[in-house]
Amino acid sequence: MTAAAATADKTQKQTAPATASRGYWAGVLHRLMRNKLAMVCLAILVLIVLAAILAPYIAPQDPYRGAMLRRLRPIGTPGYPLGTDELGRDMLTRLLYGGRLSLFIGIVPVLNAFVIGTALGVIAGFVGGKTNMAIMRTIDVFYAFPSVLLAIAISGALGAGILNSIISLTVVFVPPIARVAESVTTQTRSLDFVDAARASGASALTIIRVHVLGNVMGPVFVYATSLVSVSMILAAGLSFLGLGVKPPEPEWGLMLNTLRTAIYSQPYVAALPGAMIFAVSICFNLFSDALRSAMDVKV
Amino acid sequence: MLQYLLKRLVYAVPIALGVSLVCFLMVHIAPGDPLVSVLPADASLDLQNQMRAAYGFDKPLPLQFALWILRALSGDLGVSIATGRPVAAEVWRALGNTFMLAVLAALIGFILGGLFGFVAGYWRDTWIDRVASGLSIVGVSLPHYWMGMVLVIVFSVQLNWLPATGAGPGGSADWVWDWAHIRFLILPAVTMSVIPLGIVARSVRALVADILSQEFVDALKAKGLTDRGVLLHVVKNAAPTGLAVMGLQLGYLLGGSILIETVFAWPGTGFLLGNAIFQRDLPLLQGTILVLAMFFVTLNLLVDILQTWLDPRIKRA
Repeated sequence: MTAAAATADKTQKQTAPATASRGYWAGVLHRLMRNKLAMVCLAILVLIVLAAILAPYIAPQDPYRGAMLRRLRPIGTPGYPLGTDELGRDMLTRLLYGGRLSLFIGIVPVLNAFVIGTALGVIAGFVGGKTNMAIMRTIDVFYAFPSVLLAIAISGALGAGILNSIISLTVVFVPPIARVAESVTTQTRSLDFVDAARASGASALTIIRVHVLGNVMGPVFVYATSLVSVSMILAAGLSFLGLGVKPPEPEWGLMLNTLRTAIYSQPYVAALPGAMIFAVSICFNLFSDALRSAMDVKV
Repeated sequence: MLQYLLKRLVYAVPIALGVSLVCFLMVHIAPGDPLVSVLPADASLDLQNQMRAAYGFDKPLPLQFALWILRALSGDLGVSIATGRPVAAEVWRALGNTFMLAVLAALIGFILGGLFGFVAGYWRDTWIDRVASGLSIVGVSLPHYWMGMVLVIVFSVQLNWLPATGAGPGGSADWVWDWAHIRFLILPAVTMSVIPLGIVARSVRALVADILSQEFVDALKAKGLTDRGVLLHVVKNAAPTGLAVMGLQLGYLLGGSILIETVFAWPGTGFLLGNAIFQRDLPLLQGTILVLAMFFVTLNLLVDILQTWLDPRIKRA
């Protein structure tokens, strides 16, 4: 933390010497705000999230009600600005509603894995010895699967469903996060200030809470944000395969799958849900990159 | 080196065992009876028990696992419930098709990714870097199954240049390397190449930038070495880590081909996996996952050994 703050001050001395005494987080925020690309990405993400939350109020139509007479209308049809899908449901409405499930099943696994992985990594790194062996070797086994294969194998075994897809993606993301948390914890544990805290009578719990977590959370959080984009793509991919969200729920991956038959008649409409996944995924990636350099984290 | 090699091999055994245990258990945590897909709804209890015994589902789990592992080691992965054919033969045939696709995709992805990454790292913070880094971030952010669909829309539906799905006029059974067949390989391979492209480019960029900021590069320049000479040193230093990243990526392609194979109806392991899942064909599911996971474990091992051999600075601890 202090090292990061020192470099933060160093970079600021060149540009704004008057504010060199700013705290670490203020510095991070300042550098993040100056990154225009990251701010644009954040704005797009906020917009998409808000649109998904407010879908019931802003969507022009009912996301479930279709009509055979107006199936697969092109983009720009009056009343259906983004056309209609293969069952005649309004695409704009379904894309707005789709964001709710797509964002949920994409982000929740990373949140779960962040909590579980950090806990496992910190315990393994702090306790060390046999506990470390037991935890890290188990994690190695899961790490020895290609991530897509592991996600699909677990989802395939458990069967389709939102909960199962969240479980399988959580299992996929725990090992990499735990590895990062373990390595940062092991580095932190051997630093002088931890010895100093121990010598002055701090309990193990206090050391973990204050000193270890204080230093581990930052890098692990940045690493976790970089996984959100992969998670979004994989979660939608599971639905695309029929292993995630079930019809008729609106979800981008599933919509992409059901519209595959429409690529000959309405190619632009059929490609829309994928474009949404792409937009969210690239914004998360760019924002995560900016956050990483603003926090000066190397993982 | 020999000692390191042995140590690394011994370490891989528990990982391989663990991986096979996960493969085995994964299928047994599945809800429902594994035989439900083949037995008629009104099957008598007698028939059910008979089938259960025939597939070995009546034995206790640890014994089933031990038997499964021993048979797998001798190349017997059981019999598919849906088709009645041996799983090993099915997986083997599909593996050839996936291999063809993944290797071609890896070649395209590694060459372009390496080039983008190198150029971006070498001309860091210039417009060249911004373009190349932009392309690589697009690569890692693209949902590749969507990109496959978009390519089909452009090149099959609108331009009518390349076939949308399948693996050749006669299927994959009589594959030959002629244009009539290669046409079918182009779109899936290009789609798949985007997965490693972005990641390889980003890794190589970071590597090259890191090497160029080291003191020995200044020393090389100071002693009057030409740019090309310096470049050679950079390549040499970036190679071990770069190759390791690429090795892992090839493994990811082999194991993660299911989405692309579904989009293009390519008859590989991913396609087989999809069938196994939706027909609840447990022996086939178990066998395919096991073979793919073991491939990945072996590849990891090879990459580690290669990296240590190329770069003796890596600790052989």
